[in-house]
Amino acid sequence: MLVLAIGVVSIGAGWVSGATRLVALSVMLVSVVALVWTAFVGGLETRRALAPYGLLKPGILWLSLFFLAPLWSMFQMSLSSKQSRFDFFPDFTWEWSNYSTALTDFAPQFTRSFSYAAIATVLTLLIGYPLAYVIAFRGGKYRTILLGLVAVPFFTSYLIRTLAWQNLLADSGPVVSLLNTLRLDTPLEWLNIMDNGRLMNTPAAVIGGLTYNFLPFMILPLYVSLEKIDVRLVDAAMDLYTTATGAFRRVVLPLSLPGVFAGSLLVFIPAAGDFVNAQFLGSPSTTMVGNSIQNQFLRELNYPLASAMSFVLMAVITCSVLVYAKFMGTDDLV
Amino acid sequence: MTSAQSSRQKLGRKLINASAVLGLLYLFAPIVVIVLFSFNEPKGKYNIVWQGFTLDNWANPFSKPEFTDALIVSLQVAAVSTVCATLLGTLIAIALSRYRFKGSGAVNLFLVLPMTSPEIVLGSSLATLFLARGVERGFTTVVIAHIMFQVSFVAVTLRARIRGFDWALEQAAMDLGASPRRAFWKVTFPLILPGIVAASLLSFALSIDDFIITFFNAGSLVTFPLQVFGASRVAIPPQLNVLASMLLFGSIAIMVGGLIIESRRQRAASGSARH
Repeated sequence: MLVLAIGVVSIGAGWVSGATRLVALSVMLVSVVALVWTAFVGGLETRRALAPYGLLKPGILWLSLFFLAPLWSMFQMSLSSKQSRFDFFPDFTWEWSNYSTALTDFAPQFTRSFSYAAIATVLTLLIGYPLAYVIAFRGGKYRTILLGLVAVPFFTSYLIRTLAWQNLLADSGPVVSLLNTLRLDTPLEWLNIMDNGRLMNTPAAVIGGLTYNFLPFMILPLYVSLEKIDVRLVDAAMDLYTTATGAFRRVVLPLSLPGVFAGSLLVFIPAAGDFVNAQFLGSPSTTMVGNSIQNQFLRELNYPLASAMSFVLMAVITCSVLVYAKFMGTDDLV
Repeated sequence: MTSAQSSRQKLGRKLINASAVLGLLYLFAPIVVIVLFSFNEPKGKYNIVWQGFTLDNWANPFSKPEFTDALIVSLQVAAVSTVCATLLGTLIAIALSRYRFKGSGAVNLFLVLPMTSPEIVLGSSLATLFLARGVERGFTTVVIAHIMFQVSFVAVTLRARIRGFDWALEQAAMDLGASPRRAFWKVTFPLILPGIVAASLLSFALSIDDFIITFFNAGSLVTFPLQVFGASRVAIPPQLNVLASMLLFGSIAIMVGGLIIESRRQRAASGSARH
C-alpha cells in the first residue's frame, strides 16, 4: 500500500509539472523525503520493496519534466492565439481554429507525409526482407559481420548521407545516366517517377531518401525475428511435402510477422515526421508536414499553429503505437 | 521432387541472394560517394559534380573552422549528455530487470513512448516548454533535450542486454558475507559493464548525429549537423566529406575493436572454464 502510494506520487510529480513548476517541485521534494523517510523507518523488507522506485525516480522524473510536460505545454500552445506576429507569449484562449487551419491549409502536407511514409515503409520491407532473410538463414558464421556491414553506412552523419543522394540523383549523375542507358527513362517518365528527365526534386527522390535513411530500422527487427526461427520447423514442413515456397509462406513468414510489424512502425514514425529528405531532395511541391511545422515554428514564429500540426501528427502516431503495444507488447521495439 | 521443381528452387535461391547483394550495394552507394567526393576538386560552391582528383582536402581537413568548431561543440554536448543519460538509464534498466514491482508495465510503455514519437514532435514540444517558461535556448537546453531521448534509449537497450542476467550471483556473494554494496560493485557491475558501455556508445552516436530535436532547441548554438544544414543552402566544401569519412572510419575502428575485445574475452572465459 505504502509502496503504491509512493509510486503514484513519484510518477504523479511528473504529470503535474506542466501546470506549474512550483507545485511540481514541492511534490517532488515531498515524495523524495517520503521515500527516504520510509526507507529509514522501515526494515530491510520495506527497503527492498522500495528499491526499484528509488532507482527509477531520477530517470522517470527527467522524462516527465522534458517529455511529458512539454507535450502538455504544446497542447496549451496549440489552443492559444497570438496578438501580433511578434507576440512571443501567446495567450491560452481555447483557439480551436488553429486545428482547423492546420487540417485545411496543410492538408496536402499531411497527406504527403503519411503517403510518402507508407510507401517508404513498404519499400524498406521489400528491400530489407531478403537481406535480413539471407543474413539470418544463410549467413552462417559471417552473420555478425554481415549485420555489422548493414550498420556501417549509418555511422556517417544523417545529413551528409542525404546530401550524398544529391550527388547520386543529380541530373547528369550516375543514377540518371544508368537509367538512360538502360532506356528506362521513358517508362519511368510515364509512371511519373521521373520528371522531364530529372530525378532530383521529385516525390520519388524524397521517398527514396526516406527509404534509404530508415532502412536499418526495418532490417534489425526483421533479422531478430527471423533469427529466432528454428530451422528444423522448415525441414519438418518440407518433410510433410510442402514446397520451399509453401514452407516460406506457412512457416517462416508468419513467424517473422512480429519483426515486420515492429519494423514498419519504426520506419513509418520517423519517416512521417521527417523534413530533411524533403528539404534536400524535394521541391516546394513535395513538402511534408515536418517542413511546415519547422517553417511555422522557426521562421513564421507562429507557435500555436506549429503546435497544432505537431499535436495532430503526435496523436495519429501515438494511437497507432498504442494499438500496436496492446497486441504485440513493447519488447520487439528495441 | 521433379528436376524442373528443383531447378526452379535453385533459381529462387539465387534470386533471393542476388536481391540481398543488391540491397547491400544500395546501402553502400552513398557511402562510396561521400568518401569518393572527399577527393574531389570542386570548381564551384557545391561539391556535387566530379571535377578532378586531389589530395588537398585530406591534407587540410580542418581548414574550414566553422565545421571544425561545430564538430567540437557536438562532441562537448554528446560527452555531457551521454554521461548523464547513461547514469539515469542504467538505474532504470537495473530496476526493470532486477525487481518485480507494480507499475513496471506502465514504466515500460512510458520508456518506449519517446522513442516512438516523431523527433519533430519531441523537438517542437520541448521548445514550446522553454518558450513558455522564458528559458533562453543554448548549450544547456540542447544537453537537456539530448539526455531526454538518450535516457529511454540507454534504458531499453541495456534492459534487453541484461535480460538473461543471473541475479542469484549477487545473492551468492552476499551469502558469502559481502555487503550489498560490495556485492554490487564486485559482482554485478563488472558483468553488466560491457552492456553499459555498448549502450552509452550508441547513445553518444545518437547525440552527435541528432539534427531535428537540436534544430528546435539550439538557439544560437551551432552543432555539427546544424552547420551542415546551414551550409547546404550556401556552399558545401569537400572538407565536409573528409570530416564525414574520418568519423566513419573512426567509428568502424571502434566497432571492430569492440568486437575483437569481446571475442577475446569470450575465448578467455571459455578457456578458463575448461580448466
